[in-house]
Amino acid sequence: MDPVVEVTDLVVDHGRRRVLHGISCTVGSGSGSVTGLLGPSGSGKSTLMRAVVGVQTVRSGQVRVFGQPAGAPQLRRTVGYLTQAPSVYADLTVRENARYFAALYGLPAADADRAVADVGLAAAAGQLVADLSGGQRSRASLACALVGRPELVVLDEPTVGQDPVLRAELWARFHALAAAGTTLLVSSHVMDEAGRCDRLLLIRDGRLVADDTPAAVRAAAGTDDLDEAFLRLIRDRQPTEPSRGADR
Amino acid sequence: MNPRILAATVGRVLRQLRHDRRTVALLVVVPALLLTLLYYMYGDQPATGGQPALFDRVALIMLGVFPFVIMFLVTSIAMLRERTSGTLERLLTTPLGRLDLLFGYGIAFGLAAAVQATVASAVAYWLFDLSTAGSPALVIAIAVLDALLGVALGLLCSAFARTEFQAVQFMPVVVIPQLLLCGLFVARDEMAGWLEAVSNVLPLSYAVSALTEVGAYPEPTTTLWRDLTVVAGAVVAALVLAAATLRRRSG
Repeated sequence: MDPVVEVTDLVVDHGRRRVLHGISCTVGSGSGSVTGLLGPSGSGKSTLMRAVVGVQTVRSGQVRVFGQPAGAPQLRRTVGYLTQAPSVYADLTVRENARYFAALYGLPAADADRAVADVGLAAAAGQLVADLSGGQRSRASLACALVGRPELVVLDEPTVGQDPVLRAELWARFHALAAAGTTLLVSSHVMDEAGRCDRLLLIRDGRLVADDTPAAVRAAAGTDDLDEAFLRLIRDRQPTEPSRGADR
Repeated sequence: MNPRILAATVGRVLRQLRHDRRTVALLVVVPALLLTLLYYMYGDQPATGGQPALFDRVALIMLGVFPFVIMFLVTSIAMLRERTSGTLERLLTTPLGRLDLLFGYGIAFGLAAAVQATVASAVAYWLFDLSTAGSPALVIAIAVLDALLGVALGLLCSAFARTEFQAVQFMPVVVIPQLLLCGLFVARDEMAGWLEAVSNVLPLSYAVSALTEVGAYPEPTTTLWRDLTVVAGAVVAALVLAAATLRRRSG
């Protein structure tokens, strides 16, 4: 099957600084999977994700999603996007937020309420987002990203600020979505989450360091510890340009 | 534009407003309080030789100016929050169209302005005996149109502001010159030629001219219709420009 996301020679500049140096990779096959986008803070993860959902100005190269150019109007019903900072309305309740995003996809309030329950916020549904904890806030944001039942879900650091129990629950939820046929692209800078992915994209300083299954990454680096594997892969491939960028 | 998405967006903006009771109270009460101030400032200055009493003249103009200024400020901040909170970026990845968002704000704040203008006009006419030759309903309608002008310019200006500080600075840049040159302080035909020329391209001048027409004539005049057309045209132009500056892709 064709890949869900196909990135070819993607170059992105922020001002005069180059953030992505000609990245080429694919994500998903259309049968449901979780791809982890791993890399240190400032490596270009968010920028790559923004390019996939079509809100990033790109210098050159192309990104195709389901065969369409990223951001094409036809894709707006099939792609769900979670920004790194929780992007929900602080002056609305969790339920009102989810119902608004559901309405944008033409879905009824019941679907919104289910999405809220799915991220474990049923008890807080009537609370204003402004009154929630950081972790709850990002789950409210996640509910809004998932409410439209997208076929491709792009999640920028969805588990930051969550306690270990919730983190496990969220990953179980991602796997359930993948099992139901959804393609997920999940970024993280926590290596223990890498092991939970079907496939890994390791990125550093805007360049792809590895694109493989977790097992293959471990084998290539000759260690069982993904954290250590990532370090070894980076050392093996000293970047030609040592500049480090900010996030996005 | 998609009617369902537009309606959802109007509902969402109004819900945000409803959760902010203090803002709602300020929106409704402040114009009425400012009219009270005007009433006591000008209350004992009677009508002279064919001119309406000073209070009647100033209060009538203010019924249009208050919604314009207030809605400009409220909208620029609301839209800036939409940008800085990341909700705008997310919205642009959904089926929502740019005009759905802009008209959503326009309609929601237009409804809020209708409530505001009705309360302010009721206070002016009943409490302070404002007298106009034309109909109070027309005054309210013009006030709502002025509010929409404020909303549209606010949406446009917020595209050029990256911080709240900048957004607030657009008020002296965009609003105050229009206020100074609208004919309230110096009649427009008595201004220096170049000032009058500037005044002629500022939409608020036409909004004020429309209100003055309602104050002077019992029936809508040709000048009134021209003025309203100009203001409505400025609203549409500002909204279209705002849509053009709202880019899906950013750096």
